Parts: sequence; C-alpha cells; structure tokens
Amino acid sequence: MKLGIMVNEGPFTHQASDSAYLFASAAIEKGHQVLRVFFYYDGVNNANRLSEPQSDDRNLVRLWSELGKEHGIELIVCVAAGLRRGMKEELLADGFTISGLGQLIEAGIAADRLVVFGD
Amino acid sequence: MNELEPDYDTEGVVKKFMFVNRKAPYGTIYALEILETVLISAAFDQDVSVVFMDDGVFQIKKGQDTKAINVKNFSPTYRALEGYDVEKLFVERESMEARGLAVDDFVVPVEVLSAEELGGLMDQQDVIITG
Repeated sequence: MKLGIMVNEGPFTHQASDSAYLFASAAIEKGHQVLRVFFYYDGVNNANRLSEPQSDDRNLVRLWSELGKEHGIELIVCVAAGLRRGMKEELLADGFTISGLGQLIEAGIAADRLVVFGD
Repeated sequence: MNELEPDYDTEGVVKKFMFVNRKAPYGTIYALEILETVLISAAFDQDVSVVFMDDGVFQIKKGQDTKAINVKNFSPTYRALEGYDVEKLFVERESMEARGLAVDDFVVPVEVLSAEELGGLMDQQDVIITG
C-alpha cells in the first residue's frame, strides 16, 4: 500500500511526531511504501537541524532525516506554516524540503491512504 | 525529479476530500491553517467537503470581533469558499445545538447533519484531513 503521512505537531511537546515516525517505520517494515511525509502546523519544527535533545533521548529530527534518506521518502515542510514559525531553508535538517500545501493534496490523491497525526 | 515520480500519476484522479474542523477559531491556529489547506485543495479539482463540529462550529459564527485579542478575524474567508467551488459545507447538529447555535447563526449556508449521518458521509471519503 502507498501511504502519505501528515504530521501536525512539533517534536517532544506532543506525541504525534513520535507516533507518525513509529507508524512509518512499521509500515515500511511490513512492505508498504511511504511516498511523502508532510509537516504542517507546528509539525514544521520537526525539520529544525538545530534541535539538540539530551543525549539519552531520541532525536526526532535526526530519525526523520535517516528514515527519509534510507527509504527515499520525501519530507516536505509547508512553506506557509514554516514562514510563520521561522522555519526556513537554512534551518532544515538533511532530507527535508520546503514546499507548498499542494504537496499535501497531491499526496492525498496519489496515496492509497493519507494518515494524519495530531490533535 | 526522484525515483518516486511515477507514483505521482494524479492526472484525472478525483478523490473525495473531507476537511474536519473541530477547534474554536481563536486560541489555537488550527482553524486558520486548515482553511488555507481547503483553499489550496480547490485548485486540484477534487470533490471537497468541509465539516464543522465540536467547537469548530464557532468558526463560522456570524458577528466575530477579534479586535480585543489582536488576531485577524478570518471568518469572511469562509464566504470566499463558494468562489472556489467549495460548496459542500456541513455542521454537526449535536455540536451546534449543544452550543446554543442555529443554522441562521452562520456566515455561510450549511447543511446540518446528525452525528450518525455525518459518520456515514465520512465513511464515503477517500481522504480526511483534520484540524
């Protein structure tokens, strides 16, 4: 199955990004394809390369980067939501790209399921 | 271009997209940002519907005045949806009534559905995006 994923909350404050990451990993392990992860609302903060959690904690930004690289998943940060929050090109961790909301709609059209994580 | 490109053959595909508004218009940004998504979706010629339930019914209440909280009143934008051919607007009856609202309290024409009817409609959707 082809999956699109939408992440609507920032890392650490909220479980949504962890859940989305674990879901994506499990889906890939089961042989599904994740086409694209779209980061919206405070979810754009998942792309911040300056994020530096304590060393005994999971590093969500890095986990997303690695998952994207390993499996060719597009990690798209919404430009409009990102601009509001100062999430610009120079802050992006490896593998993340800034693009428009159209990428979310396109993922909804192209994927068999679009799975939304957040409140 | 990347290796996933062939998977994005979206030409001529029309899916049922439903946007579900559950949050009050102010206090958090969810209502405003999901509205931006609804407007973008209109450019993709999809079968779009928009639902207002829970505190989301307040998003389209007439007479919003946000001056005192220093936030833009974006409720007029809902009236622009029609111009984007987004005309399927639904309000959940239980949410509306629990908040003392009636169908003529809204800035746009809506169809009022019971939770059960709305559930049936949700079941028919291809994509549901919540905010």
